[in-house]
Amino acid sequence: MSGLAAGIRLALFNQNVLILERHNVTGGLNSFYSFEGRKFDVGLHAVTNYVRPGVKGTPLGKLFRQLRIDRDEFDLSEQMRSRVVFPGVELHFNNNFELFESEVARVFPRQIDGFQSFLKMIRGYNELDLNQPFQSAKKITAQYISDPILEEMIYCPIMYYGSACENDMDFSQFVIMFKSLFLEGFARPYDGVRKIIRVLIKKYRTLGGLRKMKCGVKQIISHEGRVKELLLDNGVSITANHVLSSIGLVETLRLCDDKKKDTQESNIGRLSFVETINILKKQPRELGWEDTIVFFNDWNRFDYSEPNELVDPRSGVICMPNNYLYADDKELEEGVFRVTSLANFKLWTMLPQEEYQEQKNLWHKELTNKGMTFLSPLENQSLEELTVYVDIFTPRTIKKYTGHLGGGQFMAHQIKVEMDSHIWRTYTFVVLIRGFSALLAPCLVVSQWRIYIS
Amino acid sequence: MTKEECRQLVLRIIADIAPDEDLSDVKKEVPLREQLELDSMDFLDIVMEIRKKYGIEVPEDEYSQLESLESIAEYLTPKFNSVKA
Repeated sequence: MSGLAAGIRLALFNQNVLILERHNVTGGLNSFYSFEGRKFDVGLHAVTNYVRPGVKGTPLGKLFRQLRIDRDEFDLSEQMRSRVVFPGVELHFNNNFELFESEVARVFPRQIDGFQSFLKMIRGYNELDLNQPFQSAKKITAQYISDPILEEMIYCPIMYYGSACENDMDFSQFVIMFKSLFLEGFARPYDGVRKIIRVLIKKYRTLGGLRKMKCGVKQIISHEGRVKELLLDNGVSITANHVLSSIGLVETLRLCDDKKKDTQESNIGRLSFVETINILKKQPRELGWEDTIVFFNDWNRFDYSEPNELVDPRSGVICMPNNYLYADDKELEEGVFRVTSLANFKLWTMLPQEEYQEQKNLWHKELTNKGMTFLSPLENQSLEELTVYVDIFTPRTIKKYTGHLGGGQFMAHQIKVEMDSHIWRTYTFVVLIRGFSALLAPCLVVSQWRIYIS
Repeated sequence: MTKEECRQLVLRIIADIAPDEDLSDVKKEVPLREQLELDSMDFLDIVMEIRKKYGIEVPEDEYSQLESLESIAEYLTPKFNSVKA
């Protein structure tokens, strides 16, 4: 998806653009598939950064301008309500920030002054200044918020939706995510991510952009220190004046014929995920399940790090895409109940095929049961009785379809590495973060890069 | 091309780039950034459109000339006229 956004920007600059995609479906991590006539989204729980029409100066508006897309084309409907649930406490929020603020005041009355000073600082912070060095977001937060539970309840959604680092993150990235989730909000097209991808592809084609599907890059070849040539999986070689890669920094560097630094293991994201999907006979709301998204943690500390087991079910995210305010009260055809938790990529890849299937089934059950403990109990029926179809994706699935080393979801932390990189002038990388940043970040990168392509 | 024509042309470009902005009452002497929600990426798009549509280059160190409609017209009108001639 980020590659498409970059492609649109480049085509707008009158460049001849060719996008190469190894998979047969566009979108990468934000993609979709069909199985037995059902359509599934991968990745996208919510389009973050949602603001209502007329609100200016936020990433959503900038994005529509940058891509020259009319916002109506994305067909965005707002969330109903989301929650962060920790042992004994919960905070509700929706697209009106006042709700979240009043919830903090209600649940953490002694923290509200600090929270408000924190907010003031966040609102005034220029998170898009890419020259800022890494600053620990946790350290800065601690200057304003002294209750570790409130701190962790704020971090849980932010980390799940946008941190490639374990248990801390860069403050700029924190601010980007805080604004996009809490100060702005969640929305979704009725048709899910495929709607957005279709609009992007149409725009890209209209501008004369070309795409080659099922056409992976095997090697990036340099001549005299500049990338000039790509060797494709099918043995064909193509040349280009400029190459942009959106497959990730380490992933890209490993394709280079003159292998450089940054390709070591330690630069690969350690965080990967599993996600269970249950397709239900009923709308979740008929079961009393009224949340759009639930971020949960039932341990005494929120631990956002690589699990020692296949899955760490102590925390996670529940998503019910039915619970958006679709136009004309339209409902999705079937109920959808998804649960995501952290997973260990290496352990999943080491499993023999037979055991892999077993573990998939086992964790599907475990994780859906866990998710249900944060929702209204079912009356007179079990989840099995309500379920018409199940699926689960694992770190292995992510690696297979996205090529991300370590089955990673986020590569956001790498943007600064890229900016400093000695190869910056030769080619650059488009970052991928969940949500709208996946689209806006490439626009920023292309803009920064323009002087080298004009 | 007159300066007025140049201003209109630039306003049309801004309308394409930022369709959500109200351009009915843009004051020509006041900096555009003070009247409209335009960021540096939008200015870049204005420069890009001028190059695409009219073949006029605006070097990066001269972006400051694009502050208001009046300064833009002052700066661009002679460039347009020399292209036509």
